[in-house]
Amino acid sequence: MPKLPAPPVPAALKAPPPRPGDGNGKATPLDHAAEAGISVVDWVDERTSLSGAARWMMFRKVPKGTNWFYTLGSATMFAFLSQAVTGVFLAMFYKPDPSGGAYESIRHVTNEVFLGQFVRGMHKWGSSVMVILVFLHMGRTFFFGAYKYPRELNWLIGVVLLILTMVMSFTGYLLPFDQRAYWATIVGVNINGTGPLLGPYLSDFLRGGPEFGAVTLSRFYAIHMMLVPGLIAALIGAHLYLVAKLGTTAPPWLKAEKNPELRKAKA
Amino acid sequence: MNKSQKEQYLREYSILKAQGKPFFPYAVAKDALMACVVMACIITLSLVLGAELGSKANPTTTTYVPRPEWYFFFLFELLRVIKPPSLVPLATIGVPTIGMILLFLLPFVDRGPERRPERRPIAMFTGIFVICAMALLTYEGANAGSPTAIEMPTPTAIVQAGGQTLAEFEAGKKVVAQSGCLACHKIGENGNDGPGPNLTHIASRLPRQGIARTLVNPTAPMPSFKNLPPQKFNAVVSFLSQLK
Repeated sequence: MPKLPAPPVPAALKAPPPRPGDGNGKATPLDHAAEAGISVVDWVDERTSLSGAARWMMFRKVPKGTNWFYTLGSATMFAFLSQAVTGVFLAMFYKPDPSGGAYESIRHVTNEVFLGQFVRGMHKWGSSVMVILVFLHMGRTFFFGAYKYPRELNWLIGVVLLILTMVMSFTGYLLPFDQRAYWATIVGVNINGTGPLLGPYLSDFLRGGPEFGAVTLSRFYAIHMMLVPGLIAALIGAHLYLVAKLGTTAPPWLKAEKNPELRKAKA
Repeated sequence: MNKSQKEQYLREYSILKAQGKPFFPYAVAKDALMACVVMACIITLSLVLGAELGSKANPTTTTYVPRPEWYFFFLFELLRVIKPPSLVPLATIGVPTIGMILLFLLPFVDRGPERRPERRPIAMFTGIFVICAMALLTYEGANAGSPTAIEMPTPTAIVQAGGQTLAEFEAGKKVVAQSGCLACHKIGENGNDGPGPNLTHIASRLPRQGIARTLVNPTAPMPSFKNLPPQKFNAVVSFLSQLK
């Protein structure tokens, strides 16, 4: 018979724990159930050896003195995740059809789908929040000198992520296909076209030809939905790996070697 | 940073790191709280400001004023401020490209060992200057008038004349601005210089009747404006015939 777990009573009133040897050392089904989570993790770990990596990532030390400015990076990543989740829900309804289907599908989401306007609002404003957080995170890195040795490569990855975030914003702006989206994108693509050397080729690539046409919307849609999110996710992975590998920076005003207390603590 | 400076940094850092706390749960707790704040911001923005949907895209309109997302306003303003055609590529592609290249080069240019903000005056000054410039351009861009507007001040003679003349001048200015004339003509500081002639002083070259005739029966590729309602047409003619 399985037994219910003991109620939370004061220690003095608890029954003494079973002594070794009681119950012939056999685990009851309840014991198995209690250990189920551990067993599953063990099973996976036996086949992947991931626990070392998880421990390396989660139980690494973060230097003394880190403050709230150090949460801006993870906040940016969180904003990206929010964009990804709301974006998936929008993609369930969206049709990249410039002859009316795109606008109609967004109108349908906004006006008729349950919580549709709310999710679209989260996606729209989430992009602004993400851009602000990217810039704040970059500002923190810049002013704290955190791009210096040995973290130069992580700064480069961060700059690519900043550019990709702007690309996301630019390509996403067209998708609702209302007046604002259409004309702002035409202007944006034409601005690209004035660039030196590659400019005309870039704007032809974005439009899918010399004229703004049916191909343009599906091109923006594919870039916005597949190409850039994939790149961002992969680069966030690389960015995080390097953060864990090199360690979070300490605030620049902390100097261990000149601080006798900290020196002593090390010894 | 030379080799000994690098080693000193790594030594310093390893001490500070050894003094620290584990990422889980201390940093994770802070990050989680921050994530809640971010989520709360996004949800509040969505609930308060919503997601508007304008009217359907219409490629044939000529009067629509495109606006980018607010974080591109600084580029938009840069393009508006820089007028000479030879400098336009610099404003549109040059500045962003140079900005990106500088960001990429930053860790290779600034290789000094110093990390404290107060001891890096050049970096701090540059950073604060860039932030202020972008903030100012964003602010200006947000408050910029529509690109299909004529910012020419009304001549004092017309203001003094008042009444019918002034009303027709202002109405004509508006119709000209909205009719896409600025795409090919320059009027004062606004519009493109070509392919059409500069209209800033058109009245000194063409009499009133000449202007009206050209509007009805123009040289290609300019479209004819004979289908404008007579009131608007007269306003346009009165406006243009005052540009001396």
